[in-house]
Amino acid sequence: MILTRRTLLLGAAATLAGCDRIARQSLARDILFSADNFHQWAQRTIMARDALAQEFRPEQISPIFRANGTANPNTPAYKALWRSGFADWRLRVDGLVARPLSLSLSQLHALPHREQITRHDCVEGWSAIGKWRGVPLKLLLDGAGLRDRARYIVFHCADDMGGGTAYYESIDLIDAFHPQTILAFALNDRPLSVANGAPLRLRVERQLGYKQAKYLMRIEAVESLLTIGRGKGGFWEDRANYDWYAGI
Amino acid sequence: MEPHHAPADLVRRHRGPTRLWHWLNALLLYILFTSGLGIFNAHPRLYWGQYGANFDHAWLELDRFPGWITLPALYNLALSRHWHLTAAPIFAFALLFYMVWSLAGGHIARDLAFRRGELAPRHVWQDICDHARLRFPTGAAALRYNVLQKASYIAVIFLALPLLILTGLTMSPGMNAAWPWLVDLFGGRQSARSIHFLAAFALVAFFLVHIVMVLLAGPVNEIMSMITGRYRLPKDRP
Repeated sequence: MILTRRTLLLGAAATLAGCDRIARQSLARDILFSADNFHQWAQRTIMARDALAQEFRPEQISPIFRANGTANPNTPAYKALWRSGFADWRLRVDGLVARPLSLSLSQLHALPHREQITRHDCVEGWSAIGKWRGVPLKLLLDGAGLRDRARYIVFHCADDMGGGTAYYESIDLIDAFHPQTILAFALNDRPLSVANGAPLRLRVERQLGYKQAKYLMRIEAVESLLTIGRGKGGFWEDRANYDWYAGI
Repeated sequence: MEPHHAPADLVRRHRGPTRLWHWLNALLLYILFTSGLGIFNAHPRLYWGQYGANFDHAWLELDRFPGWITLPALYNLALSRHWHLTAAPIFAFALLFYMVWSLAGGHIARDLAFRRGELAPRHVWQDICDHARLRFPTGAAALRYNVLQKASYIAVIFLALPLLILTGLTMSPGMNAAWPWLVDLFGGRQSARSIHFLAAFALVAFFLVHIVMVLLAGPVNEIMSMITGRYRLPKDRP
């Protein structure tokens, strides 16, 4: 048996091409794509409901907090908000709530804050540690009064991802009411920069970076994710098959 | 390891769980390694410590791995992650079952535990020399693993594979909340990612040596023994 590097390479490429073909079969796709459900179930089983993400000391903060995704929404509407220092910006809280809210930045500043130094983990593999300050999402949801049918919280953003579709993400109520889930308006003791999501972004600390929606405009309580976007609960979930549960 | 009756030189060697675990690992580790390289390609830089991104010092910076060795061949982070995260729990639980079975069932004590005197420097040196000269044991002696084999099998089962699984879990933000001791154990998420990468390549090195030894020791007999469980004892050298 003579194994040359060439035949090995061809063999490897052929096997991997086989895997690629397998991944296009619908049953195989269902199995591959449902692993996320297992990880969500397993993590939620071993993790206390309010288990905290690790918090760090000030000297552990990344010298530069890398911004990712949209660096600037640059839409006429967003630029107008930015020029006025977000004085005209309002966060709407609606959907399956008893009392829809519309909050200005100064109203949010007046609410109780939480400050946390946490690690932001990108799905790509890098991490950055930053100090966030913001309003616990729980306060707004309690203020608006979730209806019994509400199961998910959807975040609608200002950045146009192409074709008029704005970024959107969603989390379930376990993460929505988690003590570290905040709507952050400051990073490292400065108002949120445009690259990092000004004026307001979500921090959901037990999940990966693409869940941390920036440029928040509207928070919507819904019963099902099927009516949001293409039905998988988030922009990258719908466009690139990212996992909805991003705890892993 | 009781000698089988007829034919005289064909003996039972590998038990069912060992064989099943080997072939399952062959498949899963292939998927895990190639999809892992696909995930690595999303950010082909490695760091030590708690954090690490483009502005921070990377101890290793590579080009993207080529498509012939990544799964899928065309860069697709979501699909690489689906492959990796589907295979990983199966791999982890299979290892757990194999550990329990081999410890409780006596495989470790019988076949992989060091015997009295085996770790004496002279004996270890003798095994290294025999191994380097490719003088493989014959007859019934071929059924016993030498010191190098025992050490590497134990190291892979109880060190390298658990290390890969635990460093993999350490990269999960959900697991960090569930088991914060994982991050402390490895000195940070980015350290865990680096160790995960190094351990994966260490395992590939073990795999290559493992396969080379199978080829040198008689590939048909060795591979058949891992399929049927029966092994033909090598004839004594004249």
